[in-house]
Amino acid sequence: MKKWTELVPGAVVLEAGSSAKFKTGSWRTFRPEWLQENCIQCLMCWLYCPDMAVKVADGKMTGFDYDYCKGCGVCAKECPGKQGKKAIIMKPEGK
Amino acid sequence: METRELLKWSAQVKLREKSKQEGRLEHGHRMCAGCGAPTVVKMVLMATEYPVVLSNATGCLEVSTCIQEFTAWKTPWIHTAFENAAATLAGVETMYRALLKKGKMPENVKFIAFGGDGGTYDIGLQSLSGAMERGHDMLYVCYDNGAYMNTGIQRSSATPLGADTTTSPAGSANPAGKLQQRKDLTRIMADHGIYAAQASPSHWLDLMNKVKKAHSIKGAKFLNIIAPCNRGWRTATDNSIELSRLAVETCYWPLYEIEDGKLKVTVTPEEKKPVDLFFKPQGRFKHLYSPENEGVLEKIQAQIDKTWERLLKESEGPC
Ligand code: SF4
Ligand code: SF4
Repeated sequence: MKKWTELVPGAVVLEAGSSAKFKTGSWRTFRPEWLQENCIQCLMCWLYCPDMAVKVADGKMTGFDYDYCKGCGVCAKECPGKQGKKAIIMKPEGK
Repeated sequence: METRELLKWSAQVKLREKSKQEGRLEHGHRMCAGCGAPTVVKMVLMATEYPVVLSNATGCLEVSTCIQEFTAWKTPWIHTAFENAAATLAGVETMYRALLKKGKMPENVKFIAFGGDGGTYDIGLQSLSGAMERGHDMLYVCYDNGAYMNTGIQRSSATPLGADTTTSPAGSANPAGKLQQRKDLTRIMADHGIYAAQASPSHWLDLMNKVKKAHSIKGAKFLNIIAPCNRGWRTATDNSIELSRLAVETCYWPLYEIEDGKLKVTVTPEEKKPVDLFFKPQGRFKHLYSPENEGVLEKIQAQIDKTWERLLKESEGPC
């Protein structure tokens, strides 16, 4: 943490998106797990994640960013999965 | 059914393209797990494909996205006090127009102010009304979670009738929670003669279309978006999207827009569900299910039915 004398005057933050340096993954008590075989690549998890913690590459979901995922479970709830089988399940953290 | 599937498909294709764009709200913000507000903001910004300048009224979103030297915003963003997000941005927009005339600014910059319901329905209402009446070329987005959640769940004029909050507690003196109706802010803003609409993150395509439409109109615009809050609504962390969907399907939060004084319902639920489905998962309405509050839910349902019928009657043509 910077001292107040080291901050930019006027409380201006010059670096866009610097919150990425602050990892929120430790807030998690449940972790989402991706079952790729049930994934239909609808991207609902990516769209609805409040923490931008679903990773996508080239228009496809590729997993979770556990440095930032807070374990809310929204992605698992909204995931349609394949034939009624979810592609995201929530598991207690640390097990 | 077939067209519906097709529509869904094309929407997804667009989503795939969207996922390749750089996001404008970064992770590492400190909103609660499962909060609806960052999703709302993310969707609003996702719909913009031009430079934007933002202001933000004090509230959960503002305090959690910019803590000391950490900012989650990847766009110019101004933190304002509770009451002046609209006034601040109106000033910036005016300066922009002056600089544009001198050729010192690019053509396509758009302006968006964000505020919670406390900063919009209550504390910032006069500055918002002023900015809208003066016709500044800006969009004001209210993320409505129905109380002052940031300071500990105090009632606001957006809190629904019957909700338990720390300043409208359901107890022995008053078993029913909040005694007053919510303010119909979307209508009030529409009565400024501007484009005003309601949206929900569950219906993301409708939400993004409304942002796009708003930005295609020159002048003042207002968008009211429901943003479930699991702390204040006393509910699980995983159902913010489901609750926003139920709010639409029960017509508690109807999706419509008003343009040139003409109202259009933009999403009609396939089957209008009882409001009970939206209320039941929320602890803030738990007391409404006890015997001393008999009849309150029915009263609320009757009001919702009446408003919905009125909206349908007013709506120009089918959606
Ligand atoms: S659990 Fe919540 S924070 Fe984590 S990836 Fe899923 S939606 Fe995002
Ligand atoms: S919501 Fe489920 S099915 Fe859709 S992309 Fe995410 S993991 Fe895959």
